[in-house]
Amino acid sequence: MKYLLQRIAFYLFTAWAAITLNFFIPRMIPGDPVKSLLSRFQGQMSSQAIDSLYVLFGLDKNASIWEQYFDYWKQLFHGDLGLSFTAFPSPVSEVIGSALPWTLALVGITTIISFFLGTGLGVLAGWRRGSWVDGLLPATTFLSSVPYFWLGLLAIFLLAGPNSIFPSGGGYTPGLIPAWDQYFIPSAIQHSLLPALTILISSVSGWILSMRNMMVTVAAEDYITVAHAKGLSEKRVALSYAARNALLPNVSGFALSLGFIVGGTLLVEIVFSYPGLGFLLFRAVTAKDYPLMQGIFLVITISVLVANLIADIAYLLLDPRTRKEG
Amino acid sequence: MTIPTSSIEQVIPEQGAMAQPDATPPGKAKRSRFRFVSSGKALTGIVILGIYILFAIIGPWVAPYAPDARSKDLVSPPSGAHWLGTTHLGQDVLSQLLDGTRTVMVVGLAAGAMATILSVLIGVTAGYLGGGLDESLSALSNVFLVIPALPLVIIVTAAAPGGGAVLVALIIGATSWAWNARVLRAQTLSLRRRDYIEAARATGEKTWRIILFEIMPNLTAIIASGFVGTVIFAVTSEITLAFIGIGADTGWNWGTILFWAQSQQALAQGAWWWFVPAGLAIAFLGTALSLINFGIDEFVSPRLRSAGKTKIKTASGHTVRMRVGFTPVLKSTPVVRSKEAAK
Repeated sequence: MKYLLQRIAFYLFTAWAAITLNFFIPRMIPGDPVKSLLSRFQGQMSSQAIDSLYVLFGLDKNASIWEQYFDYWKQLFHGDLGLSFTAFPSPVSEVIGSALPWTLALVGITTIISFFLGTGLGVLAGWRRGSWVDGLLPATTFLSSVPYFWLGLLAIFLLAGPNSIFPSGGGYTPGLIPAWDQYFIPSAIQHSLLPALTILISSVSGWILSMRNMMVTVAAEDYITVAHAKGLSEKRVALSYAARNALLPNVSGFALSLGFIVGGTLLVEIVFSYPGLGFLLFRAVTAKDYPLMQGIFLVITISVLVANLIADIAYLLLDPRTRKEG
Repeated sequence: MTIPTSSIEQVIPEQGAMAQPDATPPGKAKRSRFRFVSSGKALTGIVILGIYILFAIIGPWVAPYAPDARSKDLVSPPSGAHWLGTTHLGQDVLSQLLDGTRTVMVVGLAAGAMATILSVLIGVTAGYLGGGLDESLSALSNVFLVIPALPLVIIVTAAAPGGGAVLVALIIGATSWAWNARVLRAQTLSLRRRDYIEAARATGEKTWRIILFEIMPNLTAIIASGFVGTVIFAVTSEITLAFIGIGADTGWNWGTILFWAQSQQALAQGAWWWFVPAGLAIAFLGTALSLINFGIDEFVSPRLRSAGKTKIKTASGHTVRMRVGFTPVLKSTPVVRSKEAAK
């Protein structure tokens, strides 16, 4: 329990650090970014939006930096992330709210599948060191070096097309209204197949490799030899003795690499014009929509922190040593 | 987007499960330092990396055209005049690729160097000095480890307009040191309790001297492996930034090529020559760097090497799998099928 509390305290601290970072980044922009933005959005902004921009960039001369910082927190607790000016007059929180489920579904499901598939194959590769599975290692190295988004481009080029079952972009067939019905759900699944496949192919190899290396390390331990000497079946030794112990570092590795994976999947969304956070971030960057960018960064960071916490709880369940009091 | 493939336990051979007696005879220590090159993987990686560095130096000079020179052949497939075809403005893809190599390599190596310096400063200091400083530095690196790096790099770079390649390298370097710092701290922690460090302290050597001359040489492999890993991350981040159109003022790099290919509908036009070469260039560079890292990892902990043939057939037709730490008891003698036995 103490372990869990420590982790929660750490994540709270990290969340605070990320939010503070988020507060200061727009204030480091040299010059007066609001003026240049105003000239780009000539006459399309309400005075309220302009005010909120001045507050965002810290150009609100009436308030000290501390007052601004406290105001920022006050706004956050109200769920107010400012106004987006590409989707004007929608608030940022609303824009992000509509994109978040797409990313959670796509990235969440594929990451979990990739972890289990990769770990399984890694157990096999590590246990059967020297068999044909080792021959796959260079191939997985190559695949994990390919940028996610380029693999996506290739997938669209090779597999998608007017006559293909894979659509080349979007989250659902245009014209459908997002709802839980028999028209929308199959269309959404069909559109997510190719992005999911891309993420799966490029992320699975990392898990295979790390699990293989852990298995190779664990397979040389004395308790494995003892298990063999007791005459236990090969399968039991491999799974209950070797894999169970090799899994622990992989689970903590899972937590640590989540940030990398999320970064990569955002790009896949961009390539496939998938209506998730990545594509939204891309549009925000292109339009220099700073409030939206900041909001997306915050939401992604918090999601990764929550996922980390879940991985920690899984670790707690898997490793009895962490449950020991004192 | 390389996932760190080795956990701390694997990188640090002397700790816990990986404890192994040092078999190297003392006289050969000097020669063995570069022996990792002799492993096939590392050698392949170094050769490929060498080719990339060569092109980074001579690329812009040997390129047949200027990277943004237009011509009349719009979106034409590879031909004698344009080996890798042309873009929507008739620009030569091969020239863009060659010209971009320099930016990619410079940013990758600069960011890698910066992250390595930061990680050594933070990791070794935290590990050696310990106490409250260690606590706060560890917390700092854990925070940077958990915050998703790519979105952070994106919003920082987007907020700093017109910085050029150096700024991009600085930003990537400043956000990607945490993993290495963590690994280095763990290893320094284990080193500082060794006898020879205690001896150095007892003879009154200064702290900076102990860190620099007693501890650092023993961290070489880890620092090198961390550097290579960061370069991989920096190269992909940089290309990614260019691909989504940030930092476009850094000159041509492979991401810029992909950016134009994506925005000018290269996919719909079937112009594979436009985006395939750039992606392959990234993939081969990443593979080369990963191979070097495997070489270092395997040099440090030999168990990770791919084993040779481990299956043995016995005379009675059973197959037995040889395994580290486990000697199979065979009912009959194995059939040795190596060449030496045949003679």
